[in-house]
Amino acid sequence: MKPKVLLGMSGGVDSSVAAILLKEQGYDVIGATMKLWQNDEEPECNSGCCSLSSTYDAKRVCDLLGIPHYVFNFMDEFKQHVIDDFINQYKVGKTPNPCIECNRYLKFDIMYKKAKQLGIDYIATGHYAKTEYSEKYNKHVLKKSKALKKDQTYALYNIPKEIVDKVLFPLGSFEEKSDVRKIAEQHNLLIAKKPDSQEICFIPDNDYVKFLKENMNDEIKEGNIVDTNGKILTRHKGIINYTIGQRKGLGLSKSTPLYVVKLDKKNNNVIVGEEKDIYSTEVLVEDINYLLFDIIDKPLDITAKIRYSAKEEKAKLYPLTDNTAKIVFENKQRAVTPGQSIVFYIDDCVLGGGKII
Amino acid sequence: MKIKYFDHAATTKLNEDVLKEMLPYLTEEYGNPSSIYSLGRSNKKAIEDAREKVAKVFNADAKEIYFTGSGSESDNTAIKGVAYANRKKGNHIITTKIEHPAVLDTCKSLEKDGFEVTYLNVDSEGLVDLEELKNAITDKTILITIMFANNEIGTIQPIEEIGKIAKQHKIYFHTDAVQAVGNIDIDVNKLNIDLLSLSAHKFYGPKGVGALYVRKTVRFNKFIDGGHQERNKRAGTENVAGIVGLSKAIEMAYEKLDENNRHLKELRDLYISEIEEKIPYVKLNGHREKRLPGNANISFKFIEGESLLLNLDIKGICASSGSACTSGSLDPSHVLLAIGLIHEVAHGSLRVTFGIENTKEDVIELITELEEIVNRLREMSPLYEDFVDGTYTM
Repeated sequence: MKPKVLLGMSGGVDSSVAAILLKEQGYDVIGATMKLWQNDEEPECNSGCCSLSSTYDAKRVCDLLGIPHYVFNFMDEFKQHVIDDFINQYKVGKTPNPCIECNRYLKFDIMYKKAKQLGIDYIATGHYAKTEYSEKYNKHVLKKSKALKKDQTYALYNIPKEIVDKVLFPLGSFEEKSDVRKIAEQHNLLIAKKPDSQEICFIPDNDYVKFLKENMNDEIKEGNIVDTNGKILTRHKGIINYTIGQRKGLGLSKSTPLYVVKLDKKNNNVIVGEEKDIYSTEVLVEDINYLLFDIIDKPLDITAKIRYSAKEEKAKLYPLTDNTAKIVFENKQRAVTPGQSIVFYIDDCVLGGGKII
Repeated sequence: MKIKYFDHAATTKLNEDVLKEMLPYLTEEYGNPSSIYSLGRSNKKAIEDAREKVAKVFNADAKEIYFTGSGSESDNTAIKGVAYANRKKGNHIITTKIEHPAVLDTCKSLEKDGFEVTYLNVDSEGLVDLEELKNAITDKTILITIMFANNEIGTIQPIEEIGKIAKQHKIYFHTDAVQAVGNIDIDVNKLNIDLLSLSAHKFYGPKGVGALYVRKTVRFNKFIDGGHQERNKRAGTENVAGIVGLSKAIEMAYEKLDENNRHLKELRDLYISEIEEKIPYVKLNGHREKRLPGNANISFKFIEGESLLLNLDIKGICASSGSACTSGSLDPSHVLLAIGLIHEVAHGSLRVTFGIENTKEDVIELITELEEIVNRLREMSPLYEDFVDGTYTM
């Protein structure tokens, strides 16, 4: 009997081509679209991950490939783990990565459980990443995609290490997105030219400040913008409007440019400083998931990146207690942002990752 | 993979004899029934013959049968048609909490337009309380609409008694009989039914065609404006093949009603008794006796109906969950909540509806698969784990 795989499908090019590839590799593919949020009032947009039209597109791709397609309603779980968390993180002055939470709680937890319930051994997505057996570590490891520009391992470090050998990323060996589109075109998929999704799916207009204002109205309070010595410079309209490293839009007219250095939730202050103040070499990390090792008891040489778009930089990882660690970079990092994830690599492999404190 | 079909409440396979009767009207007999030449007249005759056949089944007059596009259209026409035509008499409608969405949503839409609707409760077996019905009636009540038999749990309502109450109070009585027609002998005069909706594909007829019985004395507004078809109540060139198919299918269903029902009840009772014997922690939903001959709706505690359904699908077995469809909302079925099920139990329900082509062997195979799947899902269920530990009770 062919091995069965449950493939998460968004109706986009990547997951559709993943279906084709898995089928060609001899898997019995079952397509699944997660229904995660719904905005009935708004007309549909093109780029959301899980609008009705995306479900329709995914279903049509499955029809064309002759594979079953199911829709799973995970709206409650998505609200709890992703949307509410997104709002709550901003409330405490942190900057969350909702896609990472979605991967962690939805795709690689609930969807995996769903697969198990259906007697399906593997799950897959159209992410640009790889899982493969490594002799060095004597286990299946999560590795960077060949298309380094598209690599999405940053968002995947929370896969439980027990299931890495059950997760398939069929797009991991592609070097160019255009090659993926070509396959979609060759198979006459109508979605071949669909644009890549960019925004946060539950905020279709991409205006997250508006979204936060609508969802935490009375908790957004005006406060002071202060310098690193605590001197009040001007007022702000709520700290959710600011991000670490921000220079524009502060309403300051100083001769030397000032940058947001810290969001002080406790005093409701936005702290600004000079450019040098937004650089740091040390990063404290919590809520870590290690993929390569069960326990780390001595400092490790790694590379790490502090945000999705950041470059990997050399660093040393010092394990601390309670699933925390201190990362010391060789070079200063710009605008290390609490709440964002930091992901650790050893060579091509994802060592693990966690959240910046 | 051979498909095993146990979802006859959703739809049925078109009967081959029905198809044979329809085929001429999809090929050579293509005339428009409203045309005066021979090719038109023969089509018109086919429609009127069909109308008589349908009327005969319900002990009605042919002029009281209107063909529509679906059961939903029949429900919409009946409820909105009566509501708007009788608005001067009153604006109150009585229905139940367990109606099909074609009735419930129609009522909700009327509420937005100034009508008042009472949604009657049902008991734990899905039956309406006749006293509650009587108490709900006001001098503004113009319509009672209560389904004949429920599509999810199969419970059959005391239609004759409801008809009597309606008649006593001179209120029109509509029944959505989409699930009942083909399974239950219905005499609209004996049961005091004023309007009745049905759909052909539920009794081995074609999809896309339904009918509405409306007693001659009932005032109702037309639903689709345009041509004068269907006694000027439903514009649009008639679906002649569909109408012919509907009439043949209903005729066949009632010719063999007793024989078919015996067979369906045998399969249903075998299924229910075997499941209750072999699988612990199950609950039959609906009334044990007053239920459709082919309907078995059972909640398997500690698991989700959706997972059950998809596991069955992977094995080529078609059934239905009592809960909302997979792409819809997570809310459990309004019917199961109305009969008092808690969410967890409502979510674990599976509706199996047998048809005349099903055999005993099919049922035994279904039970064997279910045993395996239910056991496996329970092993993975946190609820079941808690139950076994004694930290969860239901």
